Amino acid sequence: MSDVNRAIDAVWRIESPRLIAGLARITGDVGLAEDLAQDALVAALERWPQTGVPDNPGAWLMATAKHRAIDMHRRSKRIERKHEQIGHDLEAQQEMSVSDLDAALDDDIGDDLLRLMFTACHPVLSTEARVALTLRLLGGLTTDEIARAFVVPESTVAQRIVRAKRTLSEAHVPFEVPRGADRDARLSSVLGVLYLVFNEGYSATAGEDWTRPALCEDALRLGRVLAELAPNEPEVHGLVALMEIQASRLRARTGPSGEPILLLDQDRGKWDQLLIRRGLTALARAEQLGGARGPYALQAAIVACHARARTAAETDWERIVALYDALAELTPSPIVDLNRAVAVSMAYGPALGLELVDALRSEPALKSYHLLPSVRGDLLMKLGRLGEAQSEFEHAASLTRNSRERGLLLERARKSAAGAAPSRSH
Amino acid sequence: MRFLVAVKANADSEAGVLPDEKMLTEMTKFNEELVKAGVMLAGEGLQPSSKGVRVKFGPGNKKTVIDGPFAETKELIAGFWLWQCKSLDEAIEWLKRAPFGGGEEVEIRQVFEADDFGANLTPETRAREERIARQAAENAARL
Repeated sequence: MSDVNRAIDAVWRIESPRLIAGLARITGDVGLAEDLAQDALVAALERWPQTGVPDNPGAWLMATAKHRAIDMHRRSKRIERKHEQIGHDLEAQQEMSVSDLDAALDDDIGDDLLRLMFTACHPVLSTEARVALTLRLLGGLTTDEIARAFVVPESTVAQRIVRAKRTLSEAHVPFEVPRGADRDARLSSVLGVLYLVFNEGYSATAGEDWTRPALCEDALRLGRVLAELAPNEPEVHGLVALMEIQASRLRARTGPSGEPILLLDQDRGKWDQLLIRRGLTALARAEQLGGARGPYALQAAIVACHARARTAAETDWERIVALYDALAELTPSPIVDLNRAVAVSMAYGPALGLELVDALRSEPALKSYHLLPSVRGDLLMKLGRLGEAQSEFEHAASLTRNSRERGLLLERARKSAAGAAPSRSH
Repeated sequence: MRFLVAVKANADSEAGVLPDEKMLTEMTKFNEELVKAGVMLAGEGLQPSSKGVRVKFGPGNKKTVIDGPFAETKELIAGFWLWQCKSLDEAIEWLKRAPFGGGEEVEIRQVFEADDFGANLTPETRAREERIARQAAENAARL
């Protein structure tokens, strides 16, 4: 790629979310807004290699897209005049003059970005569509980048995005931040999408790599952006805290040859103190806003317990159990129960933990969840029941789709088997 | 990836001349933009080198403390940011938006991640670094 093309690429990443958000407000259609923004990008790709990148590339792109929008507006007005049967309502709606349009585009863009986030995560869309649309419209990622991140064919992602835009348009989803109770539900969808993206980067569900740090960075960055757009929402800060602290451990989670390293075995010297500090600050902010008991703030408080412990042995497991208790009450889920069981085993011994895990074995939601046999194997190993531990690790290995994780689980199965075999010295 | 963006010192910054109101306003606005975009992780301005020292090591065990100011302004820095960007190109594009225009020079350097050191960082060194980093974090938290 030439220098100019690389610069255009970078400008696009910086400017496209604001561009699309501004255009979506005036057109009321996210799909159309993206098309207009893309048109401006194409114009830049044609022009800038000759003229060089302008001093204010964002303004240039906005002006170009604006002209396209105005052209389109005029064209639609002409069509409208030809088809007066469309009705007076619509006509009144579109009475906006070109200068109004111009002024509307120069308004503060922050609210538009927030509207764009809420629209991209609208419940009318499937979860996959929300993820793809958010990364594309707000993260500035290309279809190809999204496809590689989620290990799916590019055409699948492209189709997902096209369909999502059509769905939004057909469902007449308004370009707005909802109010009242609706706002809470919709915000939780936005947070859910960001955390899903983060988690996919933090422990990839499929593929060769154990983690995909770039995806974590994308989610974290969008979370930080959201925290600026909605500074009074405690759960936004809770999620940011959770992601900052989790991300602080990213480089300690993988060994030299790409193998996973579990939390308690990690070299804490590799934990990123800057991210931990940012995470603790965000958590404090969530608590100040009265959100200490929100689901993300609780999870952040749990990871903060690990972040504050100088060594694995210093971890305050009793506090972690108490936080899981609160989380289980707030958002009952077998996965929370499983995590709580691990904390209980650390605080009060593996036998008690195993009791809780055994109670979860009939849970349908965990039937093919590899972490259930993995945790059970771990507890059995600690209790010296090595033969049973081995078969649990093997079962867990057969359930994971991540090859790195499979390797780790098979290794643990081998270790259990070696320990279970009668010792030769006897 | 992360970048250290270092603003070089000049005669004014070395003389302790504070930025004028216009510059301060514009810089605050720029910093706000960086934070809003999720780019800025940290950033500070530095006092002139007249308030700093240099410590020269060796040979042997000899350590010499040299008081500032230091002459070669271009080798000094007056402030820095730590940015998180997708690429060096993105960092460049952000820097181009900074409200400079009086002959300033700003350097962008990519930050090493711990893994870049590979085997040169022994577990003992890591453990020591851990303590140091933790202490630094605690100190910062007290500020």
